[in-house]
Amino acid sequence: MGPRIHRQRAEGRVGLGLDDFPMSDTVIEIKTLTRRFGAFTAVDALTLSVNAGEVFGLLGSNGAGKTTTIKMLTTLLPPSSGEARVAGFSISTQAVDVRRSIGYVPQAVSVDGSLTGYENLLIFAKLYDLPHREQQARIREALEFMGLTADGGRLVGEYSGGMVRRLEIAQSTLHRPRVLFLDEPTVGLDPIARDAVWKHLVDLRANYGTTLFFTTHYLEEAESHCDRIAIMRQGKVDALGTCKELETSLGPGHTLNEVFVHYAGSALDSGGTFRDVSAERATAQRLG
Amino acid sequence: MTSTFIHLLTGFIEKTFVITEFELRKLRHDFTELITRALQPALWLLIFGQVFSRSGAIHTGNIPYLDFIAPGILAQSVLFVAIFYGINVIWERDLGIVQKFLASPTPRAALVLGKGFSAGTRTLSQAVIVYCLSLLLGVKLNWSPLALLNVLVIVVLAATLFSTFSLIIACIVKTRERFMGVGQVLTMPLFFASNAIYPIAIMPGWLKTISHLNPLTYVVDALRTCMLAGSTSAFGLGLDYAVILLTTTILVFIGARLYPRLAT
Repeated sequence: MGPRIHRQRAEGRVGLGLDDFPMSDTVIEIKTLTRRFGAFTAVDALTLSVNAGEVFGLLGSNGAGKTTTIKMLTTLLPPSSGEARVAGFSISTQAVDVRRSIGYVPQAVSVDGSLTGYENLLIFAKLYDLPHREQQARIREALEFMGLTADGGRLVGEYSGGMVRRLEIAQSTLHRPRVLFLDEPTVGLDPIARDAVWKHLVDLRANYGTTLFFTTHYLEEAESHCDRIAIMRQGKVDALGTCKELETSLGPGHTLNEVFVHYAGSALDSGGTFRDVSAERATAQRLG
Repeated sequence: MTSTFIHLLTGFIEKTFVITEFELRKLRHDFTELITRALQPALWLLIFGQVFSRSGAIHTGNIPYLDFIAPGILAQSVLFVAIFYGINVIWERDLGIVQKFLASPTPRAALVLGKGFSAGTRTLSQAVIVYCLSLLLGVKLNWSPLALLNVLVIVVLAATLFSTFSLIIACIVKTRERFMGVGQVLTMPLFFASNAIYPIAIMPGWLKTISHLNPLTYVVDALRTCMLAGSTSAFGLGLDYAVILLTTTILVFIGARLYPRLAT
């Protein structure tokens, strides 16, 4: 997998089709990945694989280990034990190669409000070593793709929540990553903005074959957009499969909501830490 | 082997300046902070400086007291601006900005040094202000281009040094409240245990020792040597530069190791 990425980069190809990423390719391979914080085990021997081009949703109540999992896969947090490979590279020993192959949209607002939309994209074009002569075209294309062409010159501080999220997605896909990690991409957005964000994410997969790995609380999003979902509880995957499979696993006539309660437990047994909750509310407030 | 090293080094330098460039672009959009920062050195020079100059309580050898403290106040205002720079990364951490940069292939040291240089460039406005005030107060300045260039470089390096120190504190304490507390506790000792507003010669022995270990002392000495007409260095400009550069390098190294902690 490694050499292919380099070939794409060298040729500077624009507009990869789905054919470039056969669905059988495994793009994320997680083996007994574990993260402890003191005595608390946030992620407990997680084993999972995600195919190239797949839209994969990680569900679970607050504190189930979703964000910790994403942080390990994006090399922000070293695992306590276990291993994972992203785009063919080890998150422990080839972190820089992993970083080149992925895009990351954190839950909190990650674009700079005191720069313009264009500048926010330009800095990442430079940090990801996009060839000089391609930078402007890529930025223009990214703005257009996310429906932000008219607003590129405005300060991001004046953007609406949906626009901020779209800019963040544009920013983290400028280098055409193989995998895009999104932590609660639609938290705090109204239904119309949520739909717009999803429309762009789906287009991204269709046009560039980008694998989407995201966490969410919204079951209807998982149902309408995911190829497969995993439900996490106390650091472990309790259920894995397509939404249909999970619904029928409980017997006929069950909704995804019932599946979620069945596997993730009632909302009462966990609610995340104070920091999780306040961060989430702050994000919702900034975007909303 | 060497080509890989050169490749890494040019990448590092390039990325450092990308970070600096974008920090400075933010200033272009909002430069009010540059104006509000002018107040503090003005108060120190116009009030504290004038009063102590008249009292004649502090003996500064053959240079007038106001001349003596002008470089000290420049160093001090660089310190005060830089030491609270770390609050920005705590803010960027509470948003998701730090995380996003750390998930990019940018070398960690480039993220740290780039921010340091931008703090350095921001404090150049302090130099302009102190020079204007010094002119107003009749301080005998050295206007040779080489001296001015030295002042420029020293100010940028000093701000890089202290803002990186500040960033290290931010990586350790991680919250704004604790950061402000630690910042307040550190600024005054750094300032008073230096030769900024009185010479080392009049300090008690224990304070002399501390001030010799304080990088601000060498910043002040270097600035005093280059800013004032006919002034000589206490330690030698070479030693001043060596201490400043070595301390900055060590701090950038530590900062690069600690910076990823902000994402956890």
